[in-house]
Order: sequence, then structure tokens, then C-alpha cells
Amino acid sequence: MQTIIISPLVSPRLCLVSPLVPRNQFLNNHHRAPPSIRLSNHRSTTSLRLFSSAAASRDSEMATEDVQDPRIAKIASSIRVIPDFPKPGIMFQDITTLLLDTEAFKDTIALFVDRYKDKGISVVAGVEARGFIFGPPIALAIGAKFVPMRKPKKLPGKVISEEYSLEYGTDTIEMHVGAVEPGERAIIIDDLIATGGTLAAAIRLLERVGVKIVECACVIELPELKGKEKLGETPLFVLVSSAA
Amino acid sequence: MSQNEVNDPRIDGIKTKIRVVPDFPKKGIMFQDITTLLLDPKAFKDTIDLFVEKYRDMNISVVAGIEARGFIFGSPIALAIGAKFVPLRKPKKLPGQIIFEEYELEYGSDRLEMHVEAVDSGDRALVVDDLIATGGTLCAAMDLLKRVGAEVVECACVIELPELKGRERLEGKPLYVLVEYR
Repeated sequence: MQTIIISPLVSPRLCLVSPLVPRNQFLNNHHRAPPSIRLSNHRSTTSLRLFSSAAASRDSEMATEDVQDPRIAKIASSIRVIPDFPKPGIMFQDITTLLLDTEAFKDTIALFVDRYKDKGISVVAGVEARGFIFGPPIALAIGAKFVPMRKPKKLPGKVISEEYSLEYGTDTIEMHVGAVEPGERAIIIDDLIATGGTLAAAIRLLERVGVKIVECACVIELPELKGKEKLGETPLFVLVSSAA
Repeated sequence: MSQNEVNDPRIDGIKTKIRVVPDFPKKGIMFQDITTLLLDPKAFKDTIDLFVEKYRDMNISVVAGIEARGFIFGSPIALAIGAKFVPLRKPKKLPGQIIFEEYELEYGSDRLEMHVEAVDSGDRALVVDDLIATGGTLCAAMDLLKRVGAEVVECACVIELPELKGRERLEGKPLYVLVEYR
């Protein structure tokens, strides 16, 4: 039987947020966010904290430079949080509501394109499946190839694979042999970084064939899961940071 | 025939970039691999441009892309024409309130899901996938959109396998493709 969780969609026109999903908070750049407040058990809170890049020296680089880009607030508020999906205790960051807000979606892509367009990037690698939504428009705008990184057995022909750990068991990510060449400069795109396992596997795959990964780029980071630490030398760029 | 009255010069460039892989996923199937198209920035851009040129003045408010290769083409089209992008997904991927439509496979069946509130009766929708074969998936996609009251304006694919007659399963809705493979 299908379990249906009723959660009102954020209307793209009105940007209304239901009381069950707290409005994301935006901060003046000059002070660090207070810790997120855990309310009593009947309700959990997700707060969105935006760090200035100065405070983020050990953290991933945020899209905020000296002045917070005004587009970020709209992007952050268009993301819907669904409690207890896919299982109890997980606050799922749903980007599909962002995709329904044409301005927010356009701004999301523009923020990545502005960052990468003059960096000699010839490869945009997108992780299946939500990376297939953000990666291709970026690739097209910066004139790079788009390389899909896929679950097993989806890509025909010769592939190389990289295994990575899940909470229980492992999974595998695959890429076509010959899609990329040694010496190419790449960015890897996904909608979200959590534990960093998938992105780390994607990095290993590309490095095995001699590609330089300039950066990993995601719309959302869950910093408490410390995914950035799995990326080694590879920098991480995100637009919004969400405390679970 | 692909529906360009005068063959757009970009079409040949696109067609040559599609790789045909024999016996995938099983013997006898000639798999149409679009990933090689995506490796050619000009050909990929031409592909998107051809769809955008066709649809940008048709008042399309929703582009529905079928997981997963429909995401690759549908998303840039949606952005370029200023439409919402709605992913139509395999089971259990979309959180929140969904509706689903089952469709037949050669052996067994599968299911396509959509967020209930993503689309409504005021919307004019374009359905995008990389390829139409039997038309089963596209038909399920159209049914999902119709159930929430949207108007399906057209289906658009890069490739058609005309011998599988998928076009006939679209309940009279137009289908636009760039390339046919016979």
C-alpha cells in the first residue's frame, strides 16, 4: 500500500510555506548563525543557515561572497522539506518545488554558470538522477560535454565502475569508457551532498581516467553529515546549507 | 519521416552523434545511445534549440520529463521556454503526495509517478523523453497529466522507432521527433 505523506507544495506564485515547514531563515552576512533549535519531539525543525564566505573557511564555499546574492533567498525558500522520507527521522530536501518556480530554477543554473563559465571546464558530470536536471543546462551554457554518471546496467557499451558504501551495503556508479579524456577539467553536479559517498565515488571514477575535478557543485549541503570530508582535495561549492 | 519540411541542417549532425549499441539490454535490441550526443556540445545545443524554437511560442507552462533521460532534455527545454519542469519518476523516488500510472512492459509492468500538486487544470504540458519505442511510457505520462486536468499539447522525443508504432498510442496527440531509426 502506498504511504502518502500530505505536505503542501510551496506555491511558486505565493511562496507560502506551511506551518509544518518552518520558513528558512536568512542572516546578515556578518555574524555566524545561532545553532538550530531542536523543539520537543512532536515537531522537528529544519533551519537553513547561510554562512558568509569569511566564516566558512573550514566549511564548503557558499554562493555568498561579500554581499549575499539576492537570488539565494528565493532559491532556499523554494525547496520543500518532507519529514520522514524515505524513512522516519530523515528530513528530505525536495528540489522539485524549486523546479516549479521558473525564476528560482533559472537563478540556480545562472549561479553555477557564472561561477564556472570561464574556468576551462570541458566536462560536466551529473549524478543520476537529479544531477541530470541541473547538470545539462549548466553544460550547455558553458559549452561543456555532459557526462551522465549512472546506476549499474543503465549505460550500454563499455563502462567503468566504482563501488561506494551505503548505510547498509554498497552501491555502484558507472561511466562510459571514452566519455572523457585525460587532462580534461570537470565539475561534478548533484542536487544535494549528504554523506558524500556518491560524490566521492564519482571523483574516484573520473580521476582513474586522468580527469582533473575542479569542483563538486550541489544545490544543497547537509553540513552535519560532513560529506565535504569525503571529497579529499576536491573543493565543494553549494548554494544553500541545511541543518538537519 | 521526421517532421522537418525542409531538413534542418542541424538534424544530420545530431543523427550521426547517436550511437547504436547492438544487443543491449538484451539480444536483438539495437539500443539508441544518446550519451554520445551529449558529448558533443554543439550537437547537444542544436538538439535543445530545435525543440525550443518549436515550443517557445506555444504557451507551454509545464515540461514533463520522463526519468531519467527525459530529464536531460526536458530540463534545458523548460528553462529556455520559461516553463515549470516536472519530473515523472519511477516508484518511490518522489516524496510527498503522488499519483501513479501503471504501464505494460514486455514482461510485467512498471509504474510512473508524479507529484499531485505540481500540475493543474490551467497547465499546457509538453512531455519529453529521449526516445519513443512502443509508446507505453509516454502514454502513461500523458494519462498522469490528464488526470490532474492539464492539457497535453504535444510529446517530443529525440528519436522514434517508427516500426514499433508508438505514435498510434498517443490518443491523437501530436508527436515531434528529430530522428527516426528504422
